Amino acid sequence: MADQFPAIIVLAPLFGALIVGLAGSRDHRICFPVVLVSLAVSLFASLGVFLQVLQSGPVSYFMSGWDTEKSVLGAGIELRIDAINGLVLIVIAVVSILVSIFSIRRAGEETTEKTPQFYVLFLLLTVGIFGMTVTNDAFNLFVLVEVSSLTSYALIAMGKARRGTMAAFNYILMGTVGASFYLLGVGYLYLKTGTLNMGHIHEVLTANGGEIGRSPSVMVAFVMILVGLWIKMAFFPLYGWLPNAYSYAPSTSGCILAPLMTKVSVYVMIRVMLGVFGWEWVFGHLGWNHAVVWLAVIAILAGSVLALAQRELKKMLCYLIVAEVGYMVGGAWLADSEGWGMTGAIYHILADAFMTLCLFIAASILVKRCKARRIEDLGGMFKKMPVTMTGFIIGALAMIGIPPTCGFFSKFYLIRGGIESGHWEFVAALILSSLINAVLFFRIFEIAFFGNKPAEGHGHEEGETSEQGSIGEQALSVREARLSTLIPLLVTAAIVILLGVFNGPVIAVIRSAIEPLIAVGG
Amino acid sequence: MKEFFETSIEPHFNYWVYVILMMIGLWAVIAKNNLIKKLIGMSIFQTAIILFYVSVGVKKGSGIPIIPKAKEAAAGAGEHGAAGAVNPDLFANPLPHVLMLTAIVVGVSTLGVALAVAQQLFKDFGTLEEDEILEQIKTADKASPDG
Amino acid sequence: MKWFALIAVVITGSLLIYGVSDFPDWGDAQSPANAGAKSSTGEPIGESVSQFYITETGRLTHVPNLVTAVLADYRGYDTMFETVVIFAAGMAIFAILRVLREDKHTLGPPAKDTTADGDHGRIIVGTTCKILIPVIQLFSLYVVAHGHYSPGGGFQGGVMLGASFILLAVAKDLGSALTWFTEKRFMTLACVGILIYAGFGLMAQFLQRHFLDYGVLHVILPKTDEVMARSHSMLGVEIGVAFTVTAIMFAIYANLSSRGELKRGL
Repeated sequence: MADQFPAIIVLAPLFGALIVGLAGSRDHRICFPVVLVSLAVSLFASLGVFLQVLQSGPVSYFMSGWDTEKSVLGAGIELRIDAINGLVLIVIAVVSILVSIFSIRRAGEETTEKTPQFYVLFLLLTVGIFGMTVTNDAFNLFVLVEVSSLTSYALIAMGKARRGTMAAFNYILMGTVGASFYLLGVGYLYLKTGTLNMGHIHEVLTANGGEIGRSPSVMVAFVMILVGLWIKMAFFPLYGWLPNAYSYAPSTSGCILAPLMTKVSVYVMIRVMLGVFGWEWVFGHLGWNHAVVWLAVIAILAGSVLALAQRELKKMLCYLIVAEVGYMVGGAWLADSEGWGMTGAIYHILADAFMTLCLFIAASILVKRCKARRIEDLGGMFKKMPVTMTGFIIGALAMIGIPPTCGFFSKFYLIRGGIESGHWEFVAALILSSLINAVLFFRIFEIAFFGNKPAEGHGHEEGETSEQGSIGEQALSVREARLSTLIPLLVTAAIVILLGVFNGPVIAVIRSAIEPLIAVGG
Repeated sequence: MKEFFETSIEPHFNYWVYVILMMIGLWAVIAKNNLIKKLIGMSIFQTAIILFYVSVGVKKGSGIPIIPKAKEAAAGAGEHGAAGAVNPDLFANPLPHVLMLTAIVVGVSTLGVALAVAQQLFKDFGTLEEDEILEQIKTADKASPDG
Repeated sequence: MKWFALIAVVITGSLLIYGVSDFPDWGDAQSPANAGAKSSTGEPIGESVSQFYITETGRLTHVPNLVTAVLADYRGYDTMFETVVIFAAGMAIFAILRVLREDKHTLGPPAKDTTADGDHGRIIVGTTCKILIPVIQLFSLYVVAHGHYSPGGGFQGGVMLGASFILLAVAKDLGSALTWFTEKRFMTLACVGILIYAGFGLMAQFLQRHFLDYGVLHVILPKTDEVMARSHSMLGVEIGVAFTVTAIMFAIYANLSSRGELKRGL
């Protein structure tokens, strides 16, 4: 049983999706329990495999049993879990469970009678994201990227807002180009190394003093993979698809996509950098760290400034995601000799997933309950919805980076990496963006505390908003949100704080995982 | 010129063609205004990658990767040692073919979803020209700024 | 936009061409992809996956068609997700397009009355289809079943089988294709296909092996040993793939051609 955990993580949601697909249309009520159980099984297996990793090092699982004894390395597909993706797996499982609880009542309202299809797509999305995280096969990663992308296109386009549909179309074009670039990069690597297993590729690239790694086509492969993943994670110049797609998607889709898709893409980038090409190759041979860090600096500043210019709550959060991606990419490329930047980037993946989830759930509740798409409409919300606003504040404080939330500690390690590597521009950008975040959120707090203008529902006669719903209440008697949406919000808020308070053990796990990778490079 | 052709282009002819095809596709995706034309560009783009992969797996003088009498060949290898074994140079590399089967399927699925989204856009906006759609969104924005 | 596109295309193109410059020659049997990576002194680094497939597949699986063996066995996990991609596409199109409530606004212009076109065309088209469709279906089943020995397999056969239903829908109308192949049926069939595939994998797990390790299924399958169990399970898996592909190909056509109403079609 225990040795089957790596496969179970991916398979449980897949079987869940099939059961929902078969039985869901007969009785919609069956959907939610199946979703919850299958994701809980995944969480259980992730925890189990993480404990195994802590005890005895990275775990490998060979699909179809084609391990190195029966065949050569790379003949079959290998799943490989080390401490880092063990942590990412747990985060994915927890986030998806929380969003599924959030979606109990929401999904039915937003997708009319397509609830079973929504849940099938939701589960397949988690299958894709789990699979991307565990696989150790470069081509298998492409297939799973496509599973998660296809489902996210549909989750965005199935809302009622016609702008969401247009955003989904742009996302399809950019996402496909990004995935194709990745595929092309893998093709170049395959042509040079003759294998698709990430560990094997690394072996070939570094063998004999790294002579194959020095060829121009390997460099082109790296650039192609990197650009492909940057499109997927919405890194600065390539972020165009993200703001509209996430802000006009149905709120449940937005809540699952915003915390997971970009972060998992960042994780995949880190894995490709460390696991396929290796520390020494990326930072020693290629040596583009300065250029990429500068790009990240621009990403952080641009994301923050664009967020400042937004009047819509969700759009503002989307631009903050763009800035956060800049943090992570920049941190991963700092290349200080101790690897603190990389540590901060990985910790920030975990922290940012929960911060984003917290803010998105809170924003979805606010938008839905009081039709407050715009920030000005939030007047007096503290009195009306104290619990929701508490969750929002905790998420916001984490975004700004105030202790003891996890946002503070991830910034702390990123800044430490920036100082040790001498990238002062990155440190300055981080601090400046924290200040901008503070301005942003305190503006919202001020309106919500002191603004007494009640949200009057600005007569959305256009039928344009995705949050229109079927409720025709104009004079809104805004009450606190439902329990099924408040529980995930508060749990997320609690995790945001707990992950900050107990950052020590998490950081220790990450350090122990990346130190050997750095040591390999010397 | 002739030397350049013989050393750079001729041995890599397929790869040059794939790059050119791919750039045609990328151009259409970015520059074309009609959404369906963009999708056609996307398909060309993906097909170019298929051409690239299949070119990787070619061996001159080899046949299709089907080994007749696989059982007997395997048994022969067992009895006579390496002499009876299958000669890998006689069969094309099967791996790129498998990978591209996957990529084709993925391409078809993406195209199907993209067409569905395009049809939905046509239902909503009554047009498939990108600039007209953006214009409509802009006017709707002015009518209700928070829409 | 055009200038931006031009710059992007030129930069990407020249980068790719730069990468091409040190590729091995086209058709080189000793290239790293075909024969494994070698260091400059000619020593192999690790073993070649491609040569392993070619030389060992006969012994390990008894399947002559290497592409099928790699597809359904060595990289069976990939292929399962490939099928999942198709399934996800079907679900996605349903979620985006399908009109469940009768809504006047979404109805398109009424379909033209095609009886005025004359019956001659209908007779010829109808009779041709009547003769052709069973042949196509039979051939597609052959392609599925014969994937071990000749080019073919679940995807190819499934697409053909789906095409035969699409041909029916094009030649007559969508309604008559839907009377037999109802929406409930094809959506169920799509799920069942993946269930068959994943079920083979799960059975191996129950027998204490890794997911999709078909060899152990000789315990269940009659008159097989480890090796033949792999061969037989591949056929089972291909049938699962064919189910899903058939169902979703038709589902995509049906939804796209009728704007999600599943009524008239083209």
